Amino acid sequence: MSRMIALVPLLIAVVVGAFFLWGLDPDRNPNAIPSVLISQPAPDFDLVQVEGLDVPGFSRADLTGNDGPVVVNVFASWCVPCRAEHSVLTGFVERDGIRLFGINYKDKPADAAAWLKELGNPYERIGSDFSGRAGIEWGISGVPETFIVGPDGTVLYRYVGPVVGDKAIKTFTKALVQAQALKEGQS
Amino acid sequence: MRIFLVLVVMIAGLASTAFAVEPDEMLDDPVLEARARVISKDLRCVVCQNQDIDSSNAGVARDLRLLVRERLVAGDDNTEVVAFIQARYGDFVLLKPPFKPETYVLWIAPFVLAGTALIFGLLILSRSRRKSGKTLSTEEEAQVDLFLAEHRKRTAE
Repeated sequence: MSRMIALVPLLIAVVVGAFFLWGLDPDRNPNAIPSVLISQPAPDFDLVQVEGLDVPGFSRADLTGNDGPVVVNVFASWCVPCRAEHSVLTGFVERDGIRLFGINYKDKPADAAAWLKELGNPYERIGSDFSGRAGIEWGISGVPETFIVGPDGTVLYRYVGPVVGDKAIKTFTKALVQAQALKEGQS
Repeated sequence: MRIFLVLVVMIAGLASTAFAVEPDEMLDDPVLEARARVISKDLRCVVCQNQDIDSSNAGVARDLRLLVRERLVAGDDNTEVVAFIQARYGDFVLLKPPFKPETYVLWIAPFVLAGTALIFGLLILSRSRRKSGKTLSTEEEAQVDLFLAEHRKRTAE
């Protein structure tokens, strides 16, 4: 029994040490909020088209019955990281044939139209979420955020923040492969 | 006088930072508004985490405050409003974590740890008491007497 007690400090040290190791992991983002949407059907929303753009808006119904996964990106012209992310998303669309839908979050239609005119429009559909209500339905905490939605309308993946930089692009590409939007080794 | 004015302005500035709820958000019905304030004090802002949406100036916090009021006006009771937001943002938005299988460790661990500490503490205490209760055998007594006698002899010299 006394030998067992002698082991207790070691046991405590191991448990506390493992906790510290987990806490110090540089790949862990302590600000990450687990999304309730993953593996759930996409939320109910209906967004009209952005005035001045020739792409249609979309609703939940447009996310089901597609022949492959669709990427839903929440963006705004006032969002600086979105500008950096824009070329990455355009690359995924042009190079890999990813289908990209956009939720234009709390943005003036004229600003959004000018922004896309300047940078080019990779989006197949864009819905105007001027009130930010659809954003709440999707549980976003800010822009940009990017979701991968399966052909049956199930949310498969969520990326918070801009998909910019090698690490982010690698993470997101991996998610696309997992969602079978991309084939292994592509991109 | 001027210093007094400056102080007044500074103190007023301090007070205003404590209120994120803007007048245009407030409901006309004081009862509903009071309920909205209570609910939003228990909801966590998803941008500036560890701040409740009642005191946060973030855009999403404002949207959520408006949503809380909208649900209240629609006739939801307090738990329904919280459930509505929880369905979209998860348990994370609750400043007080719910008691369910995923959080059992969180809620129960302090009691288990305190209990373990208490048990070990009592065990060690009782053991040391038992040790001190032991008596010496006659041979040991004799040995002690021998040592003491020798010590006395030496100090007397």
